[in-house]
Amino acid sequence: MAEVKKIATREGYGAALVELGKAHDNVVVLDADLAGATKTSVFQKAFPDRHFDFGIAEANMICAAAGMATTGLVPFAASFAMFAAGRAYEQVRNSVGYPHLNVKIGATHGGISVGEDGASHQCCEDFALMRSIPGMVVMSPADEVEARAMVKAAYEHDGPVYMRFGRSAVPVIHEEGTPFAIGKGEILRDGTDVAIIANGLLVYEAVVAAEELAARGINAMVINMATIKPLDEELVLAAARKCGRIITCEEHSIIGGLGEAVCSLLSEKLPTPVRRIGVNDVFGHSGPAAALLKEFGLSAEHIAEVAVEFCK
Amino acid sequence: MDKKQLQITACKVRMGILTGTHSAKAGHPGGSLSAADLFTYLYFQELNVDPANPKWEDRDRFVLSKGHTAPGLYAALAHRGFFPVEDLTTLRHIDSYLQGHPNMNSVPGVDMSTGSLGQGISCAVGMAMGLKHQGKSARVYTLLGDGEIQEGQVWEACMAASHYKLDNLVVIVDNNGLQIDGDVAKVMSPYPIADKLEAFGFHTIAIDGHDFDQMEQAFAEARTVKGKPTAIVMKTVKGKGVSFMENNAGWHGKAPNDAEYAQAMDEIQAVLAGLEG
Repeated sequence: MAEVKKIATREGYGAALVELGKAHDNVVVLDADLAGATKTSVFQKAFPDRHFDFGIAEANMICAAAGMATTGLVPFAASFAMFAAGRAYEQVRNSVGYPHLNVKIGATHGGISVGEDGASHQCCEDFALMRSIPGMVVMSPADEVEARAMVKAAYEHDGPVYMRFGRSAVPVIHEEGTPFAIGKGEILRDGTDVAIIANGLLVYEAVVAAEELAARGINAMVINMATIKPLDEELVLAAARKCGRIITCEEHSIIGGLGEAVCSLLSEKLPTPVRRIGVNDVFGHSGPAAALLKEFGLSAEHIAEVAVEFCK
Repeated sequence: MDKKQLQITACKVRMGILTGTHSAKAGHPGGSLSAADLFTYLYFQELNVDPANPKWEDRDRFVLSKGHTAPGLYAALAHRGFFPVEDLTTLRHIDSYLQGHPNMNSVPGVDMSTGSLGQGISCAVGMAMGLKHQGKSARVYTLLGDGEIQEGQVWEACMAASHYKLDNLVVIVDNNGLQIDGDVAKVMSPYPIADKLEAFGFHTIAIDGHDFDQMEQAFAEARTVKGKPTAIVMKTVKGKGVSFMENNAGWHGKAPNDAEYAQAMDEIQAVLAGLEG
């Protein structure tokens, strides 16, 4: 594959917020002392009177976002995934989810690719936590282009949304202007032997793996499943029907994320063999993101290995 | 509404609390009764609300951060005309909109869903920020328990209220001195409450939470405060108005049985008769 441009999805989050801020007066952004890291600082710079820092107090920030939403504002609350979904879980559940308020949570630094900060900051449980809240939309973009489209779709959606963005630069695989719809998966490559359903930075890895698999005579379908909840059930079932084998890939624990969502659906509606690629119920550790992704099997090579074994 | 009318209404609110929890065979009468006078004052004197249009965007907001005392809030809302008083008997029933803890989407007049302690004040902070940001003059009131302020999030919220100079926010603490496990001072002392709030940047006012004159002065004073939020720490009696419930932590989360209900209603009825006499 040709050399591709790499940008972190969190950059797309910040950029899209600025665009939204220009178009809509009711967009406000909340931070918990991480505006620089979450990339919301670009919004802060453009709209200082619409940016509110809450200091290192995520629980208060999430509930304050809920309160703001009741006054007609559309708050985007930002923090690291570990704190937005983890520390403030109960605040999201009770003050945002239960009243179904129009709060958007933009969580950056999700997954193992946080890198050097180590396990305390490598949140691989956020999809599981957020998926378990009724009415919550849970998404994670494959690249910066999709991240921007996702943030705009989140604004248009009436209700709570959780978006997970990454720290590390990842290849841009979407053309500018590629349509995005909440709850709709995207077939990036058609195939018949195995369907690889991925999200986040694993989408690019899945595309690379599929090319390698093609060279080895395995025709893999690749689906970008940016929305984990609500899951595009129709597309998963169609892929299962067509390929008969599913591999899920996510930068998340194999417990509670995309893999489990796909398995839950298939086990009830169309039992199909599945292999889940994700973080195997272990904590991460410090190291360069690329090395960690390789070590934890979140790579094109590992996806290809699993697929070859699976298709024997 | 004059003071006597407020006292009469407070009796009706107390009877609503007893009727609701008795019918539910569950609920929290103690802390509802300690705040009954406050609920009455807010909904019949202080808050700019419209029962015919509960979602009116310029209304004042009230967030019951100590959400377990929903029976008191519901009784005040019902008597204020947000929904039928008869419905109070459906409290906590399986087919009722009167949930055990306040639900903003099912109960007319409830401005925020609460129940998990420590969160309501943060939501109130967000409301006050949102209203201020949009140039609205509406005010936000929130009621916390003295046990509730043991939650760390309360102090995060207080920091933010002061930082953002929320002079449209009034934080009220119901200092009835008791929580589930007993005396708040013995379980985990929150004292000195007013000093702490003052240190966090609040204009603080201490009152007797069963004295409508003091309430009137405090809320009037709060309206004059600029550039900082106001905290009203009100000393109250848990279970106020029912002799056997007063100052008894056992009535935090227990409903009266038939005999207890009859006696409690008789006691309030006697006070009401005296006032109306």
